[in-house]
Amino acid sequence: MTPTALIEVDHLKTYFDTRSGTVRAVDDVSWKLEKGESLGLAGESGCGKTTTALSIIRLLPKNGRVIGGHIQYAGKDLATLKESDLRKIRWKHIAIVFQGAMNALNPVKRVSWQIAEAITIHDVVASDEAETRVDELLELVGINPKRKDDYPHEFSGGMRQRVMIAMALACRPKIIIADEPVTALDVMIQAQILELLQRLREELDLSMILISHDLSVIAETCDKVAIMYGGKIAEYGPAEEVFLEPQHPYTQGLIRSFPDIYGPRDLPPWIPGQPPNLLEPPAGCRFHPRCPQAFADCQVRDPPLFETGKDHVAACLLRAPHT
Amino acid sequence: MAFPSGSLGYWLRRRLGMSEVRREKFVLAMKRLNEILDAVIHHRMGGIGLGILSFFVTLAIIAPFLPIPAPQYSFTDGQGRYLATVDPSWEHPFGTDQNGRDILSRVIWGSRISLVVGLMASVIAAVLGTLVGLISGYWGGWRDEVLMRVNDILLSLPWLALLIVLAQILGGTLSLNVIILTIGLTSWNFTARVVRAQVLSVRERVFVERAKASGASSLSILRKHIFPNVFPLVFANTILTVAVAILSESTLAFLGKVDITNLSWGVVLEDAFGSSAAINGHWAWIIMPGLALVFVILGFSLLGYALDEILNPKLRER
Repeated sequence: MTPTALIEVDHLKTYFDTRSGTVRAVDDVSWKLEKGESLGLAGESGCGKTTTALSIIRLLPKNGRVIGGHIQYAGKDLATLKESDLRKIRWKHIAIVFQGAMNALNPVKRVSWQIAEAITIHDVVASDEAETRVDELLELVGINPKRKDDYPHEFSGGMRQRVMIAMALACRPKIIIADEPVTALDVMIQAQILELLQRLREELDLSMILISHDLSVIAETCDKVAIMYGGKIAEYGPAEEVFLEPQHPYTQGLIRSFPDIYGPRDLPPWIPGQPPNLLEPPAGCRFHPRCPQAFADCQVRDPPLFETGKDHVAACLLRAPHT
Repeated sequence: MAFPSGSLGYWLRRRLGMSEVRREKFVLAMKRLNEILDAVIHHRMGGIGLGILSFFVTLAIIAPFLPIPAPQYSFTDGQGRYLATVDPSWEHPFGTDQNGRDILSRVIWGSRISLVVGLMASVIAAVLGTLVGLISGYWGGWRDEVLMRVNDILLSLPWLALLIVLAQILGGTLSLNVIILTIGLTSWNFTARVVRAQVLSVRERVFVERAKASGASSLSILRKHIFPNVFPLVFANTILTVAVAILSESTLAFLGKVDITNLSWGVVLEDAFGSSAAINGHWAWIIMPGLALVFVILGFSLLGYALDEILNPKLRER
């Protein structure tokens, strides 16, 4: 453990109780985020990306609970912190840019009010002070402060996402969790929003956790990347290394399934099958039923994370050191 | 924004001593109110409803200043006999009742009690219904279970029978306050159901999660995020409840269960019924209070539907 790590997730387990059993949405996940760094969480739908992130500030649905592991942040373990103490961490230290900006804004409240809400919850400020802060924030994300008294439906999709970002920045947090921040936007706007996030990160010295199923978005913005599969980390390492020299067959499959603009116009290869049912995950490596390189051992042995380079690990028996 | 001196806004500001921010909020709220009023007037149904209601409300307010006889005054002939059940004439446009009282005057004065009972009872119903709906929708669980079962019981009880029994217990007739209270207490179920359904949908929206993430407490989420989203519904619903409440009061009065000194349209109708007005051909006696009732109820219904359409962001065309 390096002392510089801003937040360190250690063997985190988050389970959901459902009528048909316990869903192991996040099962033994570890990663860390350094100050100023951005980490990408990637993977298919339902592999535990969002659950991992929401576990950090314990914003899980009623049936979800963190059952194991630690989340070290500023000398505290967020996994066991009291709810009332955690409330002070939320937004003030760790803020979220939510998925789907339309629903994340209250349709009957003015934008300025919504941004100011978080400020007034956490800081005792005069209302005109909050007003000035709202103006600053809107300016920061590239929205004319004159429009602060508009309603969300008067904004375009991209602007709403900007408002969401302004909102996340309201209490000057240290970490921002961006949950699919560009998913419902068209490509031009995506580029603008990603650029904005990058710029803000540098200007405000933020650390960021970016959740996306879109590898290109992560490749564009993140220093580190964690590829998740079936509630576990499949591969974790510096983004460049992971994308150029993927070590896990799942990562390799994901990257191969991107069409190459210079290559022949064929359908890119895909990964057959479906993500595992997390009610009863397959024994051994969770990826083995879909893995083209699986061998007998994969069906019984759950691979730990093997080191394949500096700060680069992959959960695959193929990467096991030969002893 | 500065108000010109002498304007209503200036007066209000001086009067209330509002701070800069509060004043701005006030101005925004007024603007919004103006917008809504504008939309109602331009909405065909809403405009008609508002017109009808304005007419009746104005009549109710200016009743004491109208050149009509007092509603309790009995006209007599030279021998001291009541000028009972005379046909409509210039002197008595709707005729007179069994005690020689002017029916036009009674209908106009009757609108006061009818409207007051309707409005007060629906305010009680709205407050109760909203509280119940918010609590059972937001927290769910056993609270929801208990409140909704109470709701079911109230829904399945024949409220009219309930009121009649209540009247019997309270000495045969109900006073004005008791009428308002009982109608209010028995008509919140619909509002509660509607609010609950809306809360169930709103509380799952991402902005509620966002508010939670930013550290807001349940109470403040309920007050600042969920209530504003269900308020239009409550408002439109309350207006619709007024119509039902007025009808309830009239029904009770017609059945002779209210204190007749609280002159309402139902009381006028009961008199007409008691004197067999229909058989004796005194049409105006029945039709006039009846029409008044129908129009006021129509007015509230039209206004209610129009407001529902205007205030509901999903139905609003932009």
